[in-house]
Formats: sequence, C-alpha cells, structure tokens
Amino acid sequence: MAPVMLRTEGLAKGFTLHLRGGIRLPVLAGVTLQVHAGECVVLSGPSGSGKSTLMRSLFGNYRAESGRILVRHGGELVDLAAADPRAILAIRHDTLGYVSQFLRVVPRVPALDVVAETLIARGTAIDTALERATDLLLRLNIPHRLHGLPPATFSGGEQQRVNLARGFIAGHPILLLDEPTASLDAGNRTVVVDMIREAKSRGTAIVAICHDTDVRDAIADRLFPLTPLQDAA
Amino acid sequence: MSEATLLSARGLTLRFGAIPALVGVDVDLWPGEMLAVVGESGSGKTTLLNVLSGRLAPDAGAVWYRDPAGRLHDVHTMPAPALRTLHRSDWGFVQQDPKQNLRMNVSAGGNVGERLMAQGARHYGNIRAQALDWLTQVEIDADRIDDLPRTFSGGMLQRLQIARTLVTHPRLVFMDEPTGGLDVSVQARLLDLIRSLVTRIAAVLVTHDIAVARLLAHRIAVMQRGRVVETGLTDQVLDDPQHPYTQLLVSSVLNA
Amino acid sequence: MKGYNFAYLDEQTKRMIRRALLKAVAIPGHQVPFGSREMPLPYGWGTGGIQVTASVLGSNDVLKVIDQGADDTTNAVSIRRFFARTAGVRTTTRTAEATVIQTRHRIPEKTLRDDQIIVYQVPQPEPLSRLESSRIETRRMHSLADYGLMHVKLYEDLARYGQISISYDYPVLVNHRYLMSPSPIPAFDNQKMHMMPALQLFGAGREKRIYAIPPWTEVRSLDFDDHPFRTINADRPCGLCGARDAYLDEVVIDDHGGRLFVCSDTDHCAERREAGHRGDEGVREAAE
Repeated sequence: MAPVMLRTEGLAKGFTLHLRGGIRLPVLAGVTLQVHAGECVVLSGPSGSGKSTLMRSLFGNYRAESGRILVRHGGELVDLAAADPRAILAIRHDTLGYVSQFLRVVPRVPALDVVAETLIARGTAIDTALERATDLLLRLNIPHRLHGLPPATFSGGEQQRVNLARGFIAGHPILLLDEPTASLDAGNRTVVVDMIREAKSRGTAIVAICHDTDVRDAIADRLFPLTPLQDAA
Repeated sequence: MSEATLLSARGLTLRFGAIPALVGVDVDLWPGEMLAVVGESGSGKTTLLNVLSGRLAPDAGAVWYRDPAGRLHDVHTMPAPALRTLHRSDWGFVQQDPKQNLRMNVSAGGNVGERLMAQGARHYGNIRAQALDWLTQVEIDADRIDDLPRTFSGGMLQRLQIARTLVTHPRLVFMDEPTGGLDVSVQARLLDLIRSLVTRIAAVLVTHDIAVARLLAHRIAVMQRGRVVETGLTDQVLDDPQHPYTQLLVSSVLNA
Repeated sequence: MKGYNFAYLDEQTKRMIRRALLKAVAIPGHQVPFGSREMPLPYGWGTGGIQVTASVLGSNDVLKVIDQGADDTTNAVSIRRFFARTAGVRTTTRTAEATVIQTRHRIPEKTLRDDQIIVYQVPQPEPLSRLESSRIETRRMHSLADYGLMHVKLYEDLARYGQISISYDYPVLVNHRYLMSPSPIPAFDNQKMHMMPALQLFGAGREKRIYAIPPWTEVRSLDFDDHPFRTINADRPCGLCGARDAYLDEVVIDDHGGRLFVCSDTDHCAERREAGHRGDEGVREAAE
C-alpha cells in the first residue's frame, strides 16, 4: 500500500471581508482528503465550490482556519496549517510543488533561468540544471530561440508551459496542479498528460484541478467532489 | 529570544513628541531570510529600520543581534566601537538615496574598496581586483572603476552603493526603499540584482511597494501607525490578508 | 629681560602646557587640546612651537632654531633671539651642541640623541583635515582607529597617478595606533621619526593642539603592501658639500636659469665642508 503523502483533517477555510463591512464568506468546511504516493486526485465541483481555495490552502498560500493539513516531509507527517513560515518554505522547497494557473512574471529573467532556478535552489549544478531545463522546455514545444528571453512577452500558452516546466523540473514528491492544460493546444496537452503520468509512476502524489474532461479522464485515479457552502452569487 | 534568530526585537516603542512612531513592535529575523516591512508613509517602517540597526535609540524595548560565534549583543547598549565595527563588516545598510552612503569625490573603485581598507586590507592590487569583481557583479562597466560617482546615473549610483555594501559579505543587510525614486525599467534591473546577490543573506527591506515585497521577501510585516498589524509568509499575507488594513493595502495596489 | 618671566610664559601656563605634554607623551600621536596663549607674533608664525619650547626650556639648555633646515632665515633668527632675550639661554647653530631644537618643516640630517628634544611647528595637526571637514567626525575616527578614509586617499592617488602623490606632511601611524600628521616635513624625513632616540614634541598654536612621540617609538608611513613607502634620494649631490643622502633645496642663482642644489640643513652642510667635503660648486658662496 503506497504511503499517504497528503491528508487533510477537518479543514475549514472562510474569508472575512473587512472592506465590505466584515461579511463572512465560508468556503470550505470539514474537508477530509487523502492522497497516496503515485496517485492523482482531481478536485471536482462547480464554480465557487472552493477547488482553488482548497488547492491554495494545501500549498500554504491561504491560511486554514481550522483543521490539519498533513504533508509527508522528511519521512514524517507535518501539519502545514500549524507550521511557521520557515517551515512552510522548507516544505515547499523539498516536498510540495505548485503549478499555478498563470505564470507570475519576473522582469528580466530569461525563461531558461526561470525553469532552472528551482533545480539550482535544490543543489543541482548549474550546467546540469540548465541542460534539464532546456530539455523540458523543448519537450513542451518552447523553441530554443525563446529560452533566452524573459517570458513577459510570451503568449498565454507559452507562459503556462514555462510555468509547467518550472513546476515539474524539480521532482517534488507532491504536486499541486491548477488547470495544467488550460491554455494549451492538443499536442501540448498530450505532452503534459505524459509528464503527469511519468510523475505518477515515480511515486509523485498529485492533486489537480482540471476542467478538460479528456485530460481529467487520462490522469485522474479518483475524483474528489466539493460542493459550494452557499449559493453561487 | 528564539534559539536560531539572527536579530530580534521586543516591545520597541518610540515617540517623536506626541507622534507615536513605534508602538510595542516585535521583530524576529532568521539567518538567510528577507523580511519586508511595508506600510504607507508615516507607518513607522523607516523608524523601525533605524532602531533595528542601532542608528536610533527607542524609548522602550530592546534589539538583540547574534554574532557568528552565537553570542547575543544588545544593539543599543553595545559599545560604540563595536557597533561601528558591526556596521562596517557583518552589517550593511542600503539607503534610499545612494549619495548618503557614497563618497562622491572618491572613485567608484575607492568607494567599493573602502570597507575592505577599513577592515585592514593593505594590498592595492587585491583591493582593486575585488572592486572590479563587484562592479561587474552589479553590472557597472569595469572601465568606470576610476570614474567619480558624480558622473553616474541614479540607477548606477544605487548599484554602486550595493556593491560597496556587499563587498565585506555582510550577514545582515538593512535596505530602505532601495528602488525608490528610480524609473521603472531601472527598478526592474535593480530588483533583479538584489534578487541574485542577496541570497543567503538576512535582510530587512523597507518598502511601500508591495510588488517589491512579493518579489524579494520570504516574510512580510505590515505596519500601520507605528504598529505591526500583520506578519507572516509573504504570499500568504498578500493573497489571504487577515487584518483590515492589510486587506485595504492589498486591494489598493494597481496591477499593470 | 625685565618684566617677563623666564622664557616669556608665566609659570601657570607652562604648567598647563607641561601637563598637556605629559598626556601627549603617554598617548603617542594623540592630539591633546591646550590653552594656546597670545604670543608676540601672529598665528601661522610658529606660536605653537614657541609655547612648547618655552615650557620645556631650562637655564642650562642650549637652543637651536631652524626654518626649513636653515638657521639663518628671518624667522629662525627672530625666534632664536626671542629666547636668548627672554630666557637668557645659550643658542647655537650646531645640531650636535643643542639640547632643544625648534624646527619648522624639517628634521636635521644628523641623527639626534636621547638627551635632545626636537619641537616641531605644526600648522594643521589633524591628518584627516583635507578628507573630512567635520572635527567631530575626525575625533570619532581617531577614537575608533577608523582610518579607512586615509587609505582611500592613498588608493585614489595610486589609481590616478600610479604612485602616492603626497610629498610632504605624509601621514604616519604612531605606535600602531594613532594616525598623525608629522607636520609639513618632506616625506624624505619621515624615516627619521621612526625609533628616534630624541623626544619629539609637536605644537599647533592656532589649532590649539599638542602631540608627542616618545623616544624609541614606532612610526610607520602609510602605504600598501604592494606599493611600500620609499624614501627617494635626490638624483644629484649637494653642490656645496657633495652630500648624496641629504635633502636638497633648489636655489636660483642668476637671471639665466642657473640653479644650485644645496643641503637644506645648513648646519649639516657647514659641518661637511669644515671636514673637507666639497661639491662641484664648492668654490662659490651659497646664495643668502
């Protein structure tokens, strides 16, 4: 039985909008999710059901209000919800990877360096890292001539592929993917599906949000449904 | 003070007459991490920086620094020579106006080499070689090494200040709005430089620009009227702000 | 001389100056403030040196006064006569005979002995004055031994000229601690200060500072490891006595560009000539 890599217990998350007179928006309540090594769980549910909120909470980007988020880090299950900032950064560095829906663009840094950065930060030699980054970008159909350019001027699809390369290159044991194929054409969708399958076979635990039913069927071992806590606005 | 922190402050309080500049501020900084202090003008962030670096004494509270040997020093009661030595070696301070921190009638190379000479470096060739190396790292043309800073642009002056500050490999750098007053493209270059050079160095970065904080800092502290209202992981505080003022600050930022 | 105390200054003033001198000797190279008195000559004419000399002179002392090495300039003559009148001490032009030597801007060529005192006239006692205009800041730099700025100046010289351009008043580090102005003596003379057997006293009347170097003290001229300080000898001998290792003055002797290079130290030159040494121009009289 593959080990549990990620488990939430009674996870609850809401927002208090102080700028709107302090109204409270509950989004998640009592979420209990479990993901094993090599497994891909796809979050499903209509808009507003909290899929993104759950994903961001799993990454520590949103602060859980109650409950635990247990992550297998360094061989042990560590509660991300109770961890201090340095611990969260350490978990993100070694264990937990995240591919957001849009690339956050940093001016001046070439695409190749954007991808290689994560690998170099984990101790890989610069030459090796740049080589692997190059291979990955080419696999995602980003041609050589774009590697030295900052992604700010790339198309949405190109930016997303840089984002994917950056997320996959380091080989984190747990990956969170938010709409990994959203702006991609059929060819690139296939590449990404293959990359996800390879990651799974390496034992990576994956949580994904994916609206494309074909891709979802290709990667998901399980669906995790979420229902909105309140009627959609 | 927690075991591993590099710099810690508790209960910092300071009034300028009737104006409360700092009200019960606590700060912790760990080795190798960058802490951004954000807030609007008058929030007390520059005052906090000056108190943390020993340049301004608080009315109440204390600041402790842990030296490489692990010993704790109270920054405001340590002897003046020791604090001065600290500022010249282990610590660095990047001012908003680089002219405050540069000798305008000394060449670029002399400016970068000064801290080395203050520490006892006495080999002209080595000093010059290190100065050249740093000028290259901050993307200043090597053949400007003998030029006076008054011939430099604003962005170049700021990069020269950074070279001058980092040349002694400080463990802790204080930065006060390092990109303030610079053109957007110049800012981008400078931020890129700071990102690549200030790795594994602990830093306290004061800025009113949230985007700068997001780009550079591991943790962020939000100040309002002398108080730290929220502190935590940068992306968490900016994407899921809890305090009303933080929510206001984040929602006020224009996205290009 | 009627109406004046021995050596012009009243005893209380001498006591105050001697206390300053003691403190100065105890902290080699450190500038000690003192209450500079009104002297019968204006600031800039050696009032500091005169006050120090007046405070250390005793009736058995033999006084020599030189001005840029010469005993016979107007100022050297005036000061020597001043002390002859107000103290009644014996005066001399012979370095070997003197027990107290007051000097402006030179150190005699002859090595001084441990029973001699040399008193320097100092215009600007602060070695960092041209680099840092704030006295508060220079005092702080001295107290913290924070002399990076002076090394920056030397670095700048090397970068700009390929060599250190300071030819007089070359800054020195005294007893491994204090940065000191040796007074505007030529860099050529700096070496003589190092481990000198005589007591060296410095007086700045206008700036109201006294400092000192006790006998046998280390005095190092600032330099870089790869550009060490060097004493540069003149490329020719003295025209009168043929000395090859003395500091030379250039003297214009006629309207056709004729020049004569002679020892700046008049006593040294005279002594050598008495001993029979002659330079190429030895038959001519030195210009007065």
